Amino acid sequence: MRPLSELIETAASAIDAAGDLAALDAVRVTYLGKKGELTARLKSLSELSPEERPKAGQAINRAKQQLQTLINARREALDQQALEAKLAGDAIDVTLPGRGADIGGRHPVSRAMARIEQIFRNAGFGIRSGPEIEDDFHNFTALNFPENHPARALHDTFFFPDGNLLRTHTSPVQVRSMVEEGVPIRIIAPGRVYRCDSDQTHTPMFHQVEGLVVDRGISMANLKAVLHQFVESYFERDAKLRFRASYFPFTEPSAEVDILWGEGKWLEILGCGMVHPNVLEAAGIDSGEYTGYAFGMGVERLAMLRYGVSDLRTFFENDLRFLRQFR
Amino acid sequence: MKIAESWLREWVEPELDTEALAERLTMAGHEVEGIEVEGQGLDGIVVAEVVDAGQHPDADRLSVCKVDDGSGNTVEVVCGAPNVVAGMKSPLAKPGVTLPNGMKLKKTKIRGVVSNGMLCSAVELGLGDESDGIIALPDDAPVGAPLTDYLELPDAILDLDLTPNRGDCFSVLGIARDVSALTATDMKDPSVEPVPATIEDTHLVELVAAEGCPRFAGRVIRNIDLSARSPAWMTERLRRAGLRSIHPVVDVTNYVMLELGQPLHAYDLGLVKGPIRPRMAKNGEKVVLLDEKEVTLDADTLVISDDSGAIGIGGIMGGLGTAVTEATNDVFFEAAFFTQEIVAGRARSYGMHTDASLRFERGVDPQGQARAIERATQLLIDIAGGDPGPTVVESSPEFLPGREKIRVRRDHVSRLLGVDIADDRIVEILERLGISVAPVDDGWDVVAPSHRFDITLEVDLIEEIARVYGYDEIPEATAIAETPLEVVTESKIDLELAASTLVARDYQEIITYSFIDPHANKLLTNVDAELVLSNPISSEMSVMRSSLWPGMLTAAATNASRQQDRIRLFEIGKSFHGSLETHTEVVRIAGVCVGPVLPEQWGSRSQSIDFFDIKSDVMALLSLTGDTSKVVFEATEHPALQPGQAAQILCDGTAIGLLGKLHPRHQKPFELKRDAFLFELDATAALRSRAPKAETVSKFPSIRRDISIIVDDKVSADDLVEAVASSAPDLISSVRIFDVYKGPGIEAGLKSVALGLILQETSRTLTDDEADAAKTAAVDKLEDKFAAELRD
Repeated sequence: MRPLSELIETAASAIDAAGDLAALDAVRVTYLGKKGELTARLKSLSELSPEERPKAGQAINRAKQQLQTLINARREALDQQALEAKLAGDAIDVTLPGRGADIGGRHPVSRAMARIEQIFRNAGFGIRSGPEIEDDFHNFTALNFPENHPARALHDTFFFPDGNLLRTHTSPVQVRSMVEEGVPIRIIAPGRVYRCDSDQTHTPMFHQVEGLVVDRGISMANLKAVLHQFVESYFERDAKLRFRASYFPFTEPSAEVDILWGEGKWLEILGCGMVHPNVLEAAGIDSGEYTGYAFGMGVERLAMLRYGVSDLRTFFENDLRFLRQFR
Repeated sequence: MKIAESWLREWVEPELDTEALAERLTMAGHEVEGIEVEGQGLDGIVVAEVVDAGQHPDADRLSVCKVDDGSGNTVEVVCGAPNVVAGMKSPLAKPGVTLPNGMKLKKTKIRGVVSNGMLCSAVELGLGDESDGIIALPDDAPVGAPLTDYLELPDAILDLDLTPNRGDCFSVLGIARDVSALTATDMKDPSVEPVPATIEDTHLVELVAAEGCPRFAGRVIRNIDLSARSPAWMTERLRRAGLRSIHPVVDVTNYVMLELGQPLHAYDLGLVKGPIRPRMAKNGEKVVLLDEKEVTLDADTLVISDDSGAIGIGGIMGGLGTAVTEATNDVFFEAAFFTQEIVAGRARSYGMHTDASLRFERGVDPQGQARAIERATQLLIDIAGGDPGPTVVESSPEFLPGREKIRVRRDHVSRLLGVDIADDRIVEILERLGISVAPVDDGWDVVAPSHRFDITLEVDLIEEIARVYGYDEIPEATAIAETPLEVVTESKIDLELAASTLVARDYQEIITYSFIDPHANKLLTNVDAELVLSNPISSEMSVMRSSLWPGMLTAAATNASRQQDRIRLFEIGKSFHGSLETHTEVVRIAGVCVGPVLPEQWGSRSQSIDFFDIKSDVMALLSLTGDTSKVVFEATEHPALQPGQAAQILCDGTAIGLLGKLHPRHQKPFELKRDAFLFELDATAALRSRAPKAETVSKFPSIRRDISIIVDDKVSADDLVEAVASSAPDLISSVRIFDVYKGPGIEAGLKSVALGLILQETSRTLTDDEADAAKTAAVDKLEDKFAAELRD
């Protein structure tokens, strides 16, 4: 009978050599099975003298344990290998695109408009709207445009046969809101407006955001501050503005606001002024007690500057290749 | 308005260069839209006199001229101009000089004769777009003087965009007055020395419509020189202002208008029949105007008339019949004051726009008529001689605009502008503007000058103070205001959220025009739109849309033609309904889908979009409201949609929208090659919402029972679900359809439907027996109501 150490050595290399769970089990049976070699040796202990028996028994049991540990370790290694093999087969190309739909996008004009609304909403302005088919009173008369005044002609108005019109600006919402809500008031009114003009730099429909603040003690200094802050917020940078004297029948003093753009170039971005007392009075507000400012900005213009769009008309061509840039 | 800097500087000379002057004007409300510098590169060109002009020996059309260039010698020059004549003065460019067009002059032989320079035309010097020969300078032009000195060149032409409230600025005088105030520089005295009459002749003027024409200054000038030509300095100034030289009399009237802002008219006195009467036109009366067009007049128009009828429209244009011509000997000058009210809008109503109407509509100084007549007389006599009669001014003072005293309150100035301006600065600004100022306790009582029509209220003066003081000098100050918080409602869904939802579902927003083609509108809505524009851009953009679909389909088709195979668009905007008398505007959300459900990809089979794909998009929108239990889709018929694939969407019985497949017959008109699916919702009605109300979630497990039936194909899914749900309302928490099958194995006209019942109690766990009982009740109801047959 070979020494126990040799047996362990042989068994250990057999365990090591077992390539799968079945082979490993065969090795286990060979040594630890009912008819296995170590089991046989345990059985043969009875042949030893009682003095030798405990020592030899202990040695065999140690050997048994030793082999069992080796077998367990090998089994774990084989399990691990099998799992790894299986996972390797499940590997995918992670660079393939994901399944399902894409996302769409907002129109750049809506995007700019939402941005403008958000900025003013944060400053406590309410959002108002009004009809797009307007009457002469709200679009002109209540805004201090005298009948037949040349300032009306400048508006290139679309008319309906009954004298109603498509609003040429969002300013009628000023009048409607003041009449409905009274003062103090602090609102903006975004929306579509229409002018009968169509060329490279004009579309017959475009968007404006009107602003109106009326309260006690509102001054032109407040107007300058709010517009400067707005422009810096909208463009997310420091901005240099200039307020040029201008004329709108419904504000006085009136100004057009230019932003310094690029190499010393002034670009007009909006019109504004202090609400004309005639407009306040037409809305039933005491112009001796209240003052206010108003402004109106062209959303397309602001969107063009913000997003680098060079041709106004592309906004209304609705070409997906153009629109998808803004999502 | 175009104004030459040299002319302006004759009136006021601020210490500013051209750019700075333009900037100051722009900031003060007279926007300088462009500056064009003329007469650059004319160095070396001198005033020369043609001493002799003889025929070129070898060329019929050329002359050989002896020219005095002021150096003491005469030079020989070959000239091709038809108008060259001995004794005339003209600009001479000598060899070595480079003309503005880049041509460098050399001594050249022209057909065998040496030419030592060139006599120049306006075009060659960049001083005009057309010319019929070399420039004829006035006889008193100093020979040898540099042309640039003589013609005040180079000169900057300022193109001003004047605002409609400042009629007083449509002249050199007007701009000079403002520049004087803006720069605190004194200006030339605008008064004109009267020209004494040398004859007694006058012509009778009767103010029979004094409300519209309360002042009329006139003057007879007889025996003018028919051969006289307008001098170069005058035609140059007219040209720089954008006017062509026509005839000395006409040039003089134009010149005075440009200089003083008072439009004038000159009649050929010999052609005027009887007294001149500015009167209201008779309806339908006709007059042929200077532009040779016949106008049929309305009764609201003021005409100038004589015994023969209308001979001009007051403040707009004179008539052809009494116009001055090359044969006019005797002239009658008119400088009238027509009120803004009588002129405003009239020119436009006749499709006209004249220099006179431009000024009268905006307001002309009612005190400026006599001055303009004197200035015109002075100029005409200088140019063409003639014998002036006395200036006669007819006035009707009760209809002349008066000037009211206006109180400017110190605290109102600072309140409105947000800055304290020193009293003496305010007074200085106002006085510089020609406003008379008298101090009172709380400010000043002021009277505006007669030319400032725009000043009637205190705020008009505050604006003037701010304008001259400079808007840039007003500080920025954030308003401290009470801003009560607005109610943020949950009663309707924000359109932004609706838009975001569609964007998340792969829709691209578009914006289409609110006015569309009436045929497209009718085709898709069967509505003859009554909201039709009177003056549309084109007939394709002439009616207010009844639906967003026509514009949207056009956008879809355009994109399809640009190789876009998958198109998913939405728009949020108004549709317009009703008649002119009563119209409504409805905010709508609409969408269109064409092409496959998903973008082309490796991971999913390509599948064309169908009704249920966009139904789920619509449901996503409606689900934003938190409660779709009252939403019903009802099969419907609609002109835009294919029968059998069209649904009306109702909420609690109210129609809130439409959904379906575009009728194939519309594909061709809209140039769509593939199926399109559409939806349109009334945003207000569809997105009405409420704040969610929480209910207790059951702690007990639910039980599921499935029922599979065969039923008539016409029975709707909604009806089946409703029947099952109502069979045991306390136990059934939800019912879903998880399979619908038609085809082999199922008899035609029938369908197989599988329903899943989720049963749950909030207070206890249901037993299997209870669940089975509920299922049986449901089956009974289905059998009972729809003759449904249970499948195994």
